[in-house]
This record gives sequence, C-alpha cells and structure tokens, in this order.
Amino acid sequence: MSSTPGSDGASQQALSFFRERFGVDESSVEAALGTALERRVDYADVYFEYTTQDSVSLEEGIVKDGSRHLDQGVGVRAQSGERQGYAHSDEISMDSACLAAGTARAISDQGGNAGPVALAGSAHDGNLYPVEIAPTDVPVERKVALLDEIDRYARSLDPCVKQVMASVITQHRQILIASSDGTLAADVQPLVRLNVQVIAADGDRREIGYEGMGGRYELGRLMEADNWKRLADEAVRVAKLNLGSVACPAGSMKVVLGPGWPGILLHEAIGHGLEGDFNRKKTSAFSDRLGERVAAEGVTVVDDGTLPERRGSINVDDEGTPSRRNVLIENGVLVGYLHDRLNAGLMGMEPTGNGRRESYAHMPLPRMTNTFMLPGEDDPADILSSVDRGLYAVSFGGGQVDITSGKFVFSASEAYLIEDGKIGAPVKGATLIGNGPDVLTRVSRIGNDLEIDRGVGTCGKDGQGVPVGVGLPTVRIEDLTVGGTEG
Amino acid sequence: MSEHQAENDQALVARAIEGARAAGAAQADAVLVRSDSREVKVRGEEIEFVKQADERCLGIRTLFAQEGGLSTALTSTCDLAEEAIDRMAAESVALAKATAPDPHAGLPEGGFAEDLPDLNLIDEGDRNATVEARIEDARSAETAARSADERINNSEGSQAGSDFSKIIYQNSEGFSGQYASAYHSLFSEPLASDGAGKQRDYWMTVGRRIADLDDPGEVGRKAAERALRRLGARPVATCEVPVIFDDMTAPSLLGQLAGCLSGYSIYRESSFLSGSMGESIAAPGIRVIDDGRLPGGLGSKPFDGEGLPTRRNVLVDEGRLESWLLDTYSARKLGLASTGNASRGAGSGPGVGATNLWIEAGEGTLEEIIRDTERGLLVTELIGMGFNPTTGDYSRGASGLWIEAGQISHPVEEITIAGNFGEMLREIDAVGSELVWRGRIAAPPLRVARMTVAGQS
Repeated sequence: MSSTPGSDGASQQALSFFRERFGVDESSVEAALGTALERRVDYADVYFEYTTQDSVSLEEGIVKDGSRHLDQGVGVRAQSGERQGYAHSDEISMDSACLAAGTARAISDQGGNAGPVALAGSAHDGNLYPVEIAPTDVPVERKVALLDEIDRYARSLDPCVKQVMASVITQHRQILIASSDGTLAADVQPLVRLNVQVIAADGDRREIGYEGMGGRYELGRLMEADNWKRLADEAVRVAKLNLGSVACPAGSMKVVLGPGWPGILLHEAIGHGLEGDFNRKKTSAFSDRLGERVAAEGVTVVDDGTLPERRGSINVDDEGTPSRRNVLIENGVLVGYLHDRLNAGLMGMEPTGNGRRESYAHMPLPRMTNTFMLPGEDDPADILSSVDRGLYAVSFGGGQVDITSGKFVFSASEAYLIEDGKIGAPVKGATLIGNGPDVLTRVSRIGNDLEIDRGVGTCGKDGQGVPVGVGLPTVRIEDLTVGGTEG
Repeated sequence: MSEHQAENDQALVARAIEGARAAGAAQADAVLVRSDSREVKVRGEEIEFVKQADERCLGIRTLFAQEGGLSTALTSTCDLAEEAIDRMAAESVALAKATAPDPHAGLPEGGFAEDLPDLNLIDEGDRNATVEARIEDARSAETAARSADERINNSEGSQAGSDFSKIIYQNSEGFSGQYASAYHSLFSEPLASDGAGKQRDYWMTVGRRIADLDDPGEVGRKAAERALRRLGARPVATCEVPVIFDDMTAPSLLGQLAGCLSGYSIYRESSFLSGSMGESIAAPGIRVIDDGRLPGGLGSKPFDGEGLPTRRNVLVDEGRLESWLLDTYSARKLGLASTGNASRGAGSGPGVGATNLWIEAGEGTLEEIIRDTERGLLVTELIGMGFNPTTGDYSRGASGLWIEAGQISHPVEEITIAGNFGEMLREIDAVGSELVWRGRIAAPPLRVARMTVAGQS
C-alpha cells in the first residue's frame, strides 16, 4: 500500500472515519479483496457504508414524530465474465468482510488465484458538497421550530388551507470503496430535504398542493425564511389552483413543458433507455443506435454528476469512479450511454461514473445523476404564444418507462390549457404518454431558460432508490398523447 | 437459526425496552427483524448473479409523558452491539422529548394477541434448498421461455429468490411474540421481437413454501406467451369504451382502494372516501375482505405491528363501505378500535397496512367477460402513478389487447386510461371468477363500464 487516496477533504474524512471507528484500513481491505480473489475472478470490490438518516414530521399543527435510523454494513462483489456474486453483512468488521468475500467468490467454479491487490487510490479534485455541520448533527429542536413556523405561516396564507403536513429529512452517508484494480475511494455525502404539503377545501371539493426542495448542502439553507416561505407559498398556490381545475382533454396535442422539474421527461423517455446494462443486453429501445438521430436538431442532453450541491451529484460513484459530465445526445444524435464498470467493460467502453447503489445491501447498477437538456435561444413567452391550442405543463408527479418498447409516462400535477397562444384554465392532473426513441424528434422550440429541479427526485430501478436531479428549458413538443377524460 | 441465536435476539429486544425505560420513556416497544435471503438470476445460458445476505435490524419506539399526552419517537439500528442499542434507546427518548405531546399517542391499552396460531408461513425444510437448486429453477424457466418460439431471442433473465425472516416483537405493556415466515419467488422476463419491433413481458409465481410455486417451465412459457402477444402493438384512436382489468392489473385498483381506506387518510381527510362510511361506494356485487390469518397467506401474521391479534375484516359488502383499515393511533383519532392492521418494520413506525386483501370472485371467466364485450380494452399492464387519492382522479399509462365484437383483435400500447376512481368502482359491471394470489392483494378480472382511452387523435 503506497498511495495517497483522494486529496480532498471528503475522501480523507471518510477514510479516517472507517479506520478509527471500525479499524478498516488499507491493509485489511487488501486482505478482504485477497479472500475474494482466491478463486479465479476477473474483478472484486468491497464497499463499506455508514449512514445516519433523521426525519421530523408535522401534521395537524404539531410535530408528531421524530426518527433516527442508523444503517451500516459491508458488501463484497466478485465478478467473473458476466457473472457476479454479491454478499453483504450489517456488521462492519474485517471478519464479516472476509466472510462475505468467501460467499461472493463462489460464483467462480474455477481455482487459481488472481494475486495480491495493491490499492492505489483514485484522486478526485475538490468536494462538490462541503458542509461545516453534518445535517444530522443539527439539534432536533431547531427542526421542530422550523416545522412549527411553516405550519403557522401556511395556515395564515388562506382560510381554505385545512391541513398542513411538513417534514424535514436529513442524511449523512459515508462510504469507502476498494477494488481489485487498485481503486481506493471514499466520500461523505450529505443530503437534506424539506417537504410542504397542504390540503385546501372549497365546499365539498378538496385538493392537495405540494412543494419541496433539497440537495447536498447545509440544513441552514432550508431554514432561511425566503426558502421555506416560498415552499409554503407554492404548496398553497397549487392547492388553490387545483380547486378551480377543469377536466383535462384526452388525445394527441401540442404540449409545452415549463422549465425545471418537467425534465422528468428526459429521465423517463431517454435516460433509462441509455443505461449501459440494457444496451449491453440489447433489451433497450435504444440498443445499437449510437450515431443515429434520436432527437430534433438543436437538442443536446447531458447527464452531469458534478453540479455543485445538487441532489443527484456525487464526488465518486459507488464503484469509486469519479463522476463527470456525459453527453448523451448531441445536437439530436445519440452519442453516449451511462455506464457502471461491469457493463462498460463488457461493451469495451469507459465507465462514466454512473455505477450507483442504494446501499451496501445492493449491487451497483448504471444510474442517472442530474439529467438535463441544454438551453436553446427561444424566448419562453414566444414559445407559448406560438401554440394555438395545446397543453402547458409546469409540474409533474412521477413517471415510468418500459425500456424495451420505449413507451414512457409522466403525470402532470400542474397544467393549463393553451388557447390562442395564451395560458387558459388549469386542468386536473393527467398522465402524458409517448415513445422514448421518437418523442424528442418532435421538439420544435427550445427556450433559453434552463432550470434544474429543486432537489426532490428519487429514481427507482430493480428495487433500489437513488437521489437524482433533472432539468429542462421550456420546450414545445408537437403531438404528445395527453390522458385526460374529455374526448 | 440456532436456539442460542433466538435467545440472543430476544434479549436484544428486551434490552432496547429496558434502555428506553431507564432513559425515562413512559412506554416503549421494539421489533427485531432478521432476514436470511438468497437471490439468483440466469440470463440465456449464463448465471448473471448470485446474492446472499443475512441481515438484522432493530427498531425502537419510545413514548415520553408530557403535559397533554405522550410524545413519540422512533429509532432503528443495524448495529446490534449492546452499546449501539443502549445509545439508540437513549436517543429515541431524547427525540421523543422534542416532539409534541398527543393525547391519542401510545401503545394499545391491552387486547394483545393471546393465541399465536401457526399460520403455515414457512416450511423449515426449505432452508435446505441450496443456491444451486434455485439456480436450476431459474434456468428451467429461462430455457422454457427462450425455446418457446423463435421470436423469443433475448431476455432480461429469470430470477429466483428465497427469503426467510423472523419478527421478534415486545412492548412495555407485557406483550411479547415472535414468528417466522418465508417468501419464495420465481420470475421470468423474456423479449420477443419481429420486423415491427420488440416487446417484453413477464410472469411470476410466489409462495410461502417452495412446493407451492408453479412449475418453472410453466412460468417461462407463460412469460413468453405474454411477450409474443404484444408484438405489433399500436395505439388506438381516443374513445370511451368498457375497460377490463385482468387478474394481474385488477389488484392495483384494490391497492389504491386500500390506501383510501387507511385510517390516516380518513382523519386527515385526504381520501376521497372520507365521510363515506356506510354508504354505497362500489357496484352492488363488490365484496372486499382483509384477513390476516389465512393459512399460508402472503400477508398473514399472527399479530400485527403493535401486538394486536390479526383478524378478518369485511371492508366493503354488497358495495357498501363497512370498515376502515386501522391501527391504534388512527382508530383513536376516529373514536374507533384498531382493526389489527398495524404494519411495522424495523425502520418504520406503526402505520396502516392491509394483510391479505381481496375482492371476492364473481361468476364468469375472463374469456366470458371478453365475449360479452362488444368493443373495448383488456388492460394487461399499467405504468405510472397517475392516481390522486384526495380527488379520485385516475389517469395511467396502459397496454393490453383490443376487443372487437367480443374477440381479441390486436395488441395496443402508448395509450392512457382515465376516469374518476369513485365512479370506476361504482361502474364495475362484471367480476370474474379467477382469483389468484401473487402477493398480499388479489382481485379477479374486473370490467369498468366506461373509461376514456386516450391515444391518437
């Protein structure tokens, strides 16, 4: 062991944490990897995690619940060709790591020994999300006070507000990854989130409004009045708006998507289909399409894990590869996939820093980080006024995609009719459905107003949830199917 | 699991409660969840992965007495060293001191489960099933799927899993209990392709005992059949037609209904069914039952997450709403008694959950319902989360089969189905006879008289 691991504070901090708290150091990790490599395997890695998550929630005017969860463990992976063995234990010790390594290597039925491992360390520059105080160390009393204040403020905004639910969730995650190719990486990943939901009533009609924000930064930022008041204002505004919403039209029509969170379109329609595992197996609607046109001219889509403080950002991925900016679609042409180590290797490509996992209890998969479209030159107001009749959707709930057929959905939670180029009546939430490989070929206008979402996205795949971000400028799409009820 | 281990687990749970009491908690309960699982996947000829895990996690809930009631906090830890448990118990009490007193908070006032019947949730012999045996199951399903038709030429693979778990629960009011259960599954997801494009679909079998699983070859063949029948799918023109949910998609409607019957969404008035008790909320033929004690049931357990006995509850009878789903807290908020539906994990506090929930089967097979439908849609898969429980507004992505003149005519995709959930429940005009359990929630095929299908203009 001869190297200096990553030079930044986050990496050093996590390395010393695991060494001091659990006696996990370079030489003991090398020993665990040696156990995994006692049979003939191509690659092995070991992943240590120690995560604290806190949550405090309010409803009916009082903070009813506080919780704290401690999750820790070690996962060991051995890989031979396309075959992977994975074992994990919730005890962080070298004994349990070696035991897991022995189980993981059982996927290889061949003897032989890959030889000793010398960890080299992967240096990455700087820290995308330095915090002075871990958000889980902020005293619970301050979180309680914040929620009480939000409750009073939201109720004061309008007598139609009947119920306020708010929660603050903080996470502090420390990871250490070492692999048989010599990688040694570590990170400290803070994550904060504030949610405000209100129920508004008008006669018999009740509607919900929600707004949240978060990212990898100090909890103090969410406690700034400008921020939390804006969340309450938005939640109340949306709930009131929905009290007056009319039935949404059904069928194919022109759709204008507002900036920011509607970028979930890219996540579902494009992002998942470009993940390396589906393309290595050729099960994606985008398989074998590198170099082909999949979007209109002017459309450039990137996945960027290096945006400071963003919810989807990571200094290194969960295989120790530094995150980076990956161009997926360049001026309408498909140019790249999102890779973890395994799938990149099997396809003869480079890992892209997208090997992520929910926790030590899961195997890494190729996953998105922050996925967004670069801005164009159009004035958003001009884009809206260019549409005679259509739908203007500015906020969404969740989405989903069928990777193989390419069909994707995303559900609008705030949308309006467009009539004669003007924003008309708000409509009830409706699901939009389209075909991933061709929806972006129908993008006809791209605004100059790119926004990244406010930090509330969680992506699910194979039962693993990871925090992600999305972004979009205002765009106009010709013909998207809108799932309303009015024929 | 060895006897020593069992005693040790019991001692850890007791230690958590003692720790909480010592730190000043008026009441406390704790649950230890132990899980031993293995999961394998075969794709084509190759094993894709083998996963094994042995996990334990302990959850502690403490209630602290303040003026005006008890205040609540929850902590959990996967570190089961005695110092870690002591620390988390103390932290739980410190957290509880910071939250607000609530006159409705607290453990049940008695009525804890006295008999803990053996519900046939595990076959101890299955622990001897080797990883190799489960690989063979996955391989048989994969081979059957891949060789079903020459248009099946790829797959996401076939996966087999076995999970053995043990729940050990104790509270400061004198109840303690434990039970073991198992969950076995086999899942196959092949791809079919022809000149027109490619399609995936899946089929699965699940059970408490390996012997209860369907034949692996059957799982693979059925999955292949379902992928093949989607080839050539296309949208339809926007229209209003009857929509049939098959026994794979109908349970999602029941799952949504269960969410709208949860005591929490009732006292918050965030369910469109708030205030509908005793009223007619579904078609007259609809009967919905939740029963936590079905032998071998995938949602069965002898006691719920608060130590209360599970039981049979009729939620909807002849279309009339008869009961909410309640735990102790939501029941007190509504001036009612718990229905034995507290759910609890190590990392989550008591909430409301269905146990084994189903819609009683009617008459007529799916085929007969299709024959009886002049023109309409049979939904075989739903995607997206387009359901608003507060208003009942429903709009989801769908794929399935188009029906013309009582016959399947062609596969459809890239469409949405939309309506209002309350109206959909009242407009169910056919309930099928097939009721198959593939999880905790089961429903026979259901036909809704009219929904908006959005597709091409």
